[in-house]
Amino acid sequence: MIAFVDLHKAFEANRVLEGFTLEVRDGETMVIIGYSGTGKSVALKHVVGLLEPDAGHVTVDGKVVSELRRPELTELRATIGYVFQFAALFDSMTIFENVALGLRRRRDLTEAEITERVREALRLVDLPRAEEHMPAELSGGMRKRVGLARAIALRPKYMLYDEPTTGLDPVTSAVIDQLMVRTREALGVTSIMITHDMRSAYTVGDRIAMLYQGKVQQVGTVEEIKGTEDPVVRQFIEGRPDGRAVVRASLGDAGRAAELEGGEP
Amino acid sequence: MLAAVGSRAVGLVEGFGDVGYFLADTVRALPDVRTWGSRTFQQMRRLGVDSLPIALFIAAFTGITLALLASYVFTATVPVYLVGTLVGKTIMMELGPVLTGLALAGRVGANIAAELGTMKVTEQVDALETLAYNPYAYLVIPRVLAGTLMFPVVVAFAMAMGVFTGWLAATTLLPIATSQFVRGLELFFVPFDVQYGLIKSASFGFVITLIGCFLGMGTRGGAEGVGSATTRTVVYSAEMILVLDAFWAIVLLRHP
Repeated sequence: MIAFVDLHKAFEANRVLEGFTLEVRDGETMVIIGYSGTGKSVALKHVVGLLEPDAGHVTVDGKVVSELRRPELTELRATIGYVFQFAALFDSMTIFENVALGLRRRRDLTEAEITERVREALRLVDLPRAEEHMPAELSGGMRKRVGLARAIALRPKYMLYDEPTTGLDPVTSAVIDQLMVRTREALGVTSIMITHDMRSAYTVGDRIAMLYQGKVQQVGTVEEIKGTEDPVVRQFIEGRPDGRAVVRASLGDAGRAAELEGGEP
Repeated sequence: MLAAVGSRAVGLVEGFGDVGYFLADTVRALPDVRTWGSRTFQQMRRLGVDSLPIALFIAAFTGITLALLASYVFTATVPVYLVGTLVGKTIMMELGPVLTGLALAGRVGANIAAELGTMKVTEQVDALETLAYNPYAYLVIPRVLAGTLMFPVVVAFAMAMGVFTGWLAATTLLPIATSQFVRGLELFFVPFDVQYGLIKSASFGFVITLIGCFLGMGTRGGAEGVGSATTRTVVYSAEMILVLDAFWAIVLLRHP
């Protein structure tokens, strides 16, 4: 289980997370939605210790991530697959080497087993012939699929998806959604996906939480969120420009808030 | 005014603090030999072997210029064989290491800062961490180690090239025989001259790669951040080369 407990994080004067609390149960896919720049990626990076909280903590299987020493953190990271927003593939390596890199860290796998795992992962994301290509030769959607393959090749216990469909056309987004569902079914993983793509959230998620002004505004099943009475959540899922939500950027223009037309402070 | 000075002072202290953390993280990654061991050889080729052409090019023309300059300065009563002495001493102890160091600050330092800076802003460094690699073991140690080990090798070749072209210029463009040039070369030669040049080169290699890694890993923002890290690497490396040059002269050349 992954738990965010009263998490606070600020970048200089810009307070991004202000008491973010959320539990992700074993086996479920939790989708965190929210406006661009409200700290969704920041929250996710705490799970793998890429950021340290100012206050509060994140626990994974009962271990407080920020209290782990590097060997323990490395051990924890080996159980988590992380799919980055822009794939974060290593430019200087082939697709095969990109997917194999995490596996080479493990001492218990032979070269033949690594090759088999890489091929299996690439087959799962429908890119069986991409092995020898370089990342620069692939489209945005293909790069994201390779990012997904790199994560699932590790056969992780947890999967973290950072806006996996952002910037993709609707059909490619749907393909990525399918792959995430397939990954959950094939590996039985617990997942957190952050997105502002509601179609993707409804397709992939078991539960949805909305992050708003540094806290969880509402958390519930897909049906509960679809039928919500909360005006802020309602405005977001319907994508209406007028409503109660106050949108602010979590990065850049610190502290500046722009009230949407018709809203109240 | 006071506030500006205070702010700069705080910035400076923070900068030293960041360097301290960076060094501590790098030292802590040293036991992870499995990660940095094999990658160090790759970097030795990239940083060392691939830098040879530019180092040899610089040394070749420096040798020619030095021979002609010495012959121009040494007139009348000064024996011509001292051209060999000046070429040898200057190339081995000063111009070989320093000019090569300055060239490699541009080639190697800028390359490291740009590469690691790009990796940082495109989340490749974060990706390494999530794949359970220590980025200091994977990226920093191989580069710093390769720079420290390979710069003296590159400079040794540059020294040989500089002396060779100095001899070539002396014997073809000046009225100096090979025997005279060699006599001058041997006259005040001590093995320490070469050791001195190589020690300096190792320190230049260490500092250039360290600055490149530090600024590359600390890059923020997009292309502008990468550009800034690259420029600062070249400037700081060049400054540090000159500071270290003086440092080694004070430490190793001062007679009691």
